[in-house]
Amino acid sequence: MTDHDHHHHDHGQEAPSDMALRVKALETLLVDKGIVDPAALDAIIDTYEHKVGPRNGARVVARAWTDPAYRARLMDNATAAIAELGYGGRQGEHMIAVENTPAVHNLVVCTLCSCYPWPVLGLPPTWYKEAPYRSRAVIDPRGVLGEFGLTLADDVEIRVWDSTAEIRYLVVPERPAGAEGLSEAALADLVSRDSMIGVAKARAPGAVR
Amino acid sequence: MNGVHDMGGMHGLGPVAPDPGEPLFHAPWEARALALTLAASAWGRWNLDESRHQRELIPGPDYLRMSYYEKWATSLAELIVRHGLVSEAELATGRPDPSAPRAVPPLKGADVPAMLAHGGPTLREIGSPAAFKVGDRVRARNLNPTGHTRLPRYVRGHVGEITRTHGAHVFPDAHAHGQGERPAQLYQVKFDARALWGEAAAARDAVFLDLWEPYLEPA
Repeated sequence: MTDHDHHHHDHGQEAPSDMALRVKALETLLVDKGIVDPAALDAIIDTYEHKVGPRNGARVVARAWTDPAYRARLMDNATAAIAELGYGGRQGEHMIAVENTPAVHNLVVCTLCSCYPWPVLGLPPTWYKEAPYRSRAVIDPRGVLGEFGLTLADDVEIRVWDSTAEIRYLVVPERPAGAEGLSEAALADLVSRDSMIGVAKARAPGAVR
Repeated sequence: MNGVHDMGGMHGLGPVAPDPGEPLFHAPWEARALALTLAASAWGRWNLDESRHQRELIPGPDYLRMSYYEKWATSLAELIVRHGLVSEAELATGRPDPSAPRAVPPLKGADVPAMLAHGGPTLREIGSPAAFKVGDRVRARNLNPTGHTRLPRYVRGHVGEITRTHGAHVFPDAHAHGQGERPAQLYQVKFDARALWGEAAAARDAVFLDLWEPYLEPA
């Protein structure tokens, strides 16, 4: 390293990580060769930063909570019902909705990689993609839920959905008590990403986010 | 392949570490790695199953050490060379071969919304009827292929029940290896937790997997 580089360090500029350099080199090569269009890269990132995320799924759940006919369509053909709200496509081509009740709790995992319903939840959080969750969600769902601070009664039936094919699962959490007077938009604010994976319940009205 | 990626049912990999304040990307390079992977796949030289298999081929100790997007970037570098988009020398130097003509990217910025909205549906029509129906008892075959498979080790040899039929879908075990789509019937199969994990599991808990017909036999 040269003195010049040290000089930069002293003024608080962090050196680019090895991965940052490797990916930058890859991008430069692929752009220079005409393999990828930089505008396409920006558009892909913009999509998942600003357009596709768990607010989409929350709208689906809030609609299902407030509109029994929509709920029926969602449970019958989730792909079509989700498309009614304008969501679908990559990693959500074939959707199934599974509903939590006082007696049944659903939990979604991908033990083999990181399959996740992108159109309704966006890109998965790190914990969903890492070994601790992927390994134990199927063998010890109650222990895993405990690590999220969620304890279920012993008589609740837990259904774990391992996303081994191109079928993607969306958990419809239970509508919380005390939310009767809320609008659909206010209800959607109670629906967290984690509640649609099944590692949390929907927030109670007035709870701190 | 029986790689470390097939980790369902393992112990000892640590506690889950949820981070409520986690950003979508921890650093800009993660976003670039994601976007490069999607944009390069638009050439159609490889498919999603081959991409997944490429990440499974990362040696086990590295697989467990690497971050998610490090796996993506590492696999993308392998795929672009194997499929002739980039030469070994170009990857090593980071510079295009001056004698190679500049390509035209198949995916433009304006094409991205349609590409993502279409995705890659895997449902196919096939002539042959489904061998199983809802309610049938099936056993997951004891298969141990060295290539790509979506039959996790933890269900092999165990008996479950068909709970839903999905129609025929592209078969990853063939599709990942350049053998075509070979669509096969896909079923949702319910395994009682006790069938998989023994009497210590809760009596009513269950694990559901989506499994292709070649993975199953009557039980």
